[in-house]
Amino acid sequence: MTLADDTSVSLTLDLKGLLCPLPVVKMSKAIKELEVGQIVEATATDPGVMADIPAWCRSTGNTLLALDRRDDHFVFRVRRDA
Amino acid sequence: MSDDGRRSMALIASQGTLDWAYPPYILASTAAAMDMDVRVFHTFYGLALLKKKLKARVAPYANPAMPMKMPFGPAGFQAVEWPIPNVVQTNVPGFNRLATRLMKRTFRKKGVQTVEEMRDMSLELGATLIGCQMTMDVFGFEREDFIPGVEIAGAAGFLEFAADADIQLFV
Repeated sequence: MTLADDTSVSLTLDLKGLLCPLPVVKMSKAIKELEVGQIVEATATDPGVMADIPAWCRSTGNTLLALDRRDDHFVFRVRRDA
Repeated sequence: MSDDGRRSMALIASQGTLDWAYPPYILASTAAAMDMDVRVFHTFYGLALLKKKLKARVAPYANPAMPMKMPFGPAGFQAVEWPIPNVVQTNVPGFNRLATRLMKRTFRKKGVQTVEEMRDMSLELGATLIGCQMTMDVFGFEREDFIPGVEIAGAAGFLEFAADADIQLFV
């Protein structure tokens, strides 16, 4: 899947300006609002998400579908699998 | 591993200053967000973090690694690390208060939550916050001094959980 394909996103999340641990905490809250199989797309500015979101996904059993670095922010998509 | 099969973390929070209040709650809230069973045992000065009126301060004296920077003004001004002599830090009345205000302002500006917010978020995410009974007896704290939801236990209560925890940390 690429980030250009946004038809399957069920929820978008704005994490811009937030520092650790908030991006992970807000992701964990947001994903619980989804059904298994649904996808959340989030935008963050903290470079820490490049390491922390994949780690959170591996720990919780959710699937990181994409993680892109844009000019001054990061966009990632996670599918609820747990 | 906890009884319900989740991974678990046992944390001791022993410091009550503003700077040292952060690590336990950053870890507790993150671990809870990672679906871990989290228990934070607050002992000695860490117990003050559970008070309803939290007044954590920072003392830059004898902490040479603490950057003394200003959270306002032009970028060049903010980049300056002020070499403040120990004699000033210890003799100027209200110096710790000033340093505390500057640190809180820096954190707010950068998008970091207050200690209270992080503590309450940890609770909300399901972390268990425990106050040390012995420290309460020694320092004269009552259950009513603490925020709701705090449990009270002693060393054995913590160790029983810590013995089976995947992560044990002393902060």
